[in-house]
Amino acid sequence: MGDVIKVGMADLNVVTPPNTIRTSGLGSCVGVVIYDDINLVAGMAHVMLPNSTLSRQEMTNVAKFADTAIPALLVELEKLGAKKYSLKAKIAGGAQMFSFTTGSSDFMKIGPRNVEAVKETLRDLRIPLLSEDVGGKSGRTIEFNPRSKCLHIRTVNQGTKEI
Amino acid sequence: MGDFIQSLKPYHLDVLKEIGNIGAGHAATALSQLLNKTIDMSVPAVRIASFHDLPEQVGGAETKVAAIFLRIDGEAPGSMFFISTIENAEKLTRHLTNNDTFQLEVPPFGEMGVSAFLEAGNILAGSYLSSLADFTGLTLHPSVPGFSVDMAGAIVSYGLIPLSQAGDYAIVVDTHITELNEEKNPISGQFFLLPDPDSFAKIFEALGVSVNG
Repeated sequence: MGDVIKVGMADLNVVTPPNTIRTSGLGSCVGVVIYDDINLVAGMAHVMLPNSTLSRQEMTNVAKFADTAIPALLVELEKLGAKKYSLKAKIAGGAQMFSFTTGSSDFMKIGPRNVEAVKETLRDLRIPLLSEDVGGKSGRTIEFNPRSKCLHIRTVNQGTKEI
Repeated sequence: MGDFIQSLKPYHLDVLKEIGNIGAGHAATALSQLLNKTIDMSVPAVRIASFHDLPEQVGGAETKVAAIFLRIDGEAPGSMFFISTIENAEKLTRHLTNNDTFQLEVPPFGEMGVSAFLEAGNILAGSYLSSLADFTGLTLHPSVPGFSVDMAGAIVSYGLIPLSQAGDYAIVVDTHITELNEEKNPISGQFFLLPDPDSFAKIFEALGVSVNG
């Protein structure tokens, strides 16, 4: 039995078997898993915002934004011997936790915007997105096993699944 | 925001504590009238919490909770949550609707019950906010509230979006209210006030406390 590496909000980390990697309570945030199909290393980022241009301060935490978290994750993966050509991605999250009839600010739609930004960054970096479980209204806890390459997704109201 | 937090003095936090005190005090009175029960409130806590730690303060990122969320619009925007355990939200709702079968364990939830819980949350948050507006002289309007039963981390992170653009920390004004004279499973809940980054200066200024003083 391996350990479970935990990834917090606006955080990223990498993992090798037999360990697994997990992030809890994804709401509008998106959990991005990038793994090396051949070399069995994987990384996970818990992205909060679509774009680092939204930041109003000097960049302090690259893991917070889709456009900076994914490149930073690649650097960490390459340190562990991952090869760019065998990288694949799976993503989950980007829910709309509350629905409002009268929307004030557009941050309420942050979930779908996060998902779009993650996909765009993956496209730019030519990392194939193999599967996704995004949108909806439920929070998710996700755990990735770099050996089986399964992403386990748990919700409180919609049960569990693997992608 | 990091620099801003470092520039905060203990008296700034006292001002925020007083805000929690006044807001939750009025909310407790409102709940007390609504239920015809005695409601007590805790001494408010003001915490500077990193995004990593915040979900722990509502019992853990994966803990299932019932929550009312509303945005505060106006001169000092922010987010506000009323969070309670599933058991507590059920008890409060059953009491309000006289329907002992209402449950929040498995969806779909009873429409009447959700509506009653939402309205209770609305009244509580509204009284919290209006006392805050009176106290500071700032114009503050609550948005239409949203309701969710889900993981605490997923819910609370929603209110952190405006803050996350400015830093990795939130200043949380945290107050609990609890039903008195009830040994077993008293009705209780937790208010979370998360002002937006630019709102702190306005709140302090309105109360005559300079940020840089």
